Amino acid sequence: MMLPEQEVLPVVEQTREASIESFAASDAPAITVRGLHKSFGSQIVLNGIALKVGSGETLAVLGRSGTGKSVLLKLIIGLQTPDSGSIRIHGQEITRLDLDALNEIRKKMGFLFQHAALYDSLTVEQNVAFPLKRHTKMTDSEQRDRVKELLAAVDMEADLEKMPADISGGMQKRVGLARALALEPAILLLDEPTAGLDPITSGEIDELILKLQEEHDMASIVVTHDLHSAKTIADRIALLHDGNVLIEGGFDDLAKSTDEFVSDFLKRDS
Amino acid sequence: MRSTITSVWSLTNRFLEWFGDLGFFAWQVLRSAVRRPFEGRELIRQLDEIGSRSFPLVALAGAAIGAVLALETRSSLVQFGAKSMLPAAIVFSIIHETGPVVTGLVVSGRVGAGIGAELGAMKVTEQIDAIEASGVNPYKFLAFTRIVACILMLPLLTLAADFSGVMVGWIANTLVEPISFHKFIHQGLAGTSFNDFLAPTFRTSVFGLIIGMIACFQGMRTQGGTAGVGLSATSSVVLSSLFVILADVILVKVILVFFS
Repeated sequence: MMLPEQEVLPVVEQTREASIESFAASDAPAITVRGLHKSFGSQIVLNGIALKVGSGETLAVLGRSGTGKSVLLKLIIGLQTPDSGSIRIHGQEITRLDLDALNEIRKKMGFLFQHAALYDSLTVEQNVAFPLKRHTKMTDSEQRDRVKELLAAVDMEADLEKMPADISGGMQKRVGLARALALEPAILLLDEPTAGLDPITSGEIDELILKLQEEHDMASIVVTHDLHSAKTIADRIALLHDGNVLIEGGFDDLAKSTDEFVSDFLKRDS
Repeated sequence: MRSTITSVWSLTNRFLEWFGDLGFFAWQVLRSAVRRPFEGRELIRQLDEIGSRSFPLVALAGAAIGAVLALETRSSLVQFGAKSMLPAAIVFSIIHETGPVVTGLVVSGRVGAGIGAELGAMKVTEQIDAIEASGVNPYKFLAFTRIVACILMLPLLTLAADFSGVMVGWIANTLVEPISFHKFIHQGLAGTSFNDFLAPTFRTSVFGLIIGMIACFQGMRTQGGTAGVGLSATSSVVLSSLFVILADVILVKVILVFFS
């Protein structure tokens, strides 16, 4: 018997649909990184790093400047390719995927860039609507409602028509967060969400991230230099040193460590 | 001697590396072109940005060329007693060579610098990464749309340059020695066929491909902050102008072989 026309998907679409379903239903950790190496010329940035982040869990990645924290995030979302090693997203290896398959995975991931990276030729509203226009079949009015809802969640609903250049750094981060959440991602990657912000705005961003994590139950990796922020928003902390994870655990585990580098790192921030 | 050989070798290496990277970039753009979505809205925005907004400058450049041709050629032709050839000299020169080349160079300057600087700024502020991270192919969204817009708009802009050049050439000619526009055009187009008009105009599509491809390539490989953006804008203009001139020489020969 023939299926009704709208139920017959092309083979590629069927595979993709199946892949997305298995992605969402997978019991595997949200993010699994094993033996990841990345060098730029002779400079080794990541040297066999391994990490796991479960669904609904937040991992803060700390470390000195240039230790490859941002590179790690870019490898996880496929903006850079590792020299060797494995990155699994909900059990699916992504380092060998073709671009179309990788883009399907990317739709389930939100990324907040260090300087928000808002599209400066688009308004705040158009920035947040960008992923919705590309990847959903929402009507214009549905998109507008969703954008308003997202901007309300980050307290930016009054600035829909403004251009990115006309709002502060903190506001840009909020809009960047709203854009990252547009497709309801299962994984959120945050690159220095409080960098360059005053302590009060940093606190507001931390509270916002906590609220959004509670509401959306996402797995998150937060790269930060801000130890206070890491303590506030993360379940676990991983400290990178010499291209690898030096210590991983709760903040208390780090505080108890007798390692000289760990003590120095914590002392400097206290 | 050894240092000269080393610097020539290094320069050759960099040139070949640049060509290799450009080839890889062109392949990525071509590969993205056959995949959905076809970015219709962005293409229309780029057609407006590259076409409509270049129109005044291109028309003005065409007009200037028309005026200069009329004034300069007149004295030469009068000397040889061939004054009646003036309309043909102006029209033939503008349609065959001056219109297309001036349009190519003006668009290289305005659009090449614009694309190089815009994409360069997007690269250094991680906006291109943000596009990629949201599951959109930047080769398609940013490069393909701009390149296609350049390819489609260059012939139309050339028509505008040709038209304004011929019009102003007639006006400049009429100010010295009145002649009706109908007679001017009739004398100007005498002995020319449709091919004389078609091939030179459509060779500017190749100029559009060169300008769009080089400007997008230079912009999307920008490194090093604002200084890098400036460098990308400058190199986009210099390289696209250079390759437009080279392509012109080659295409003139091709047109002479196949369309004469």
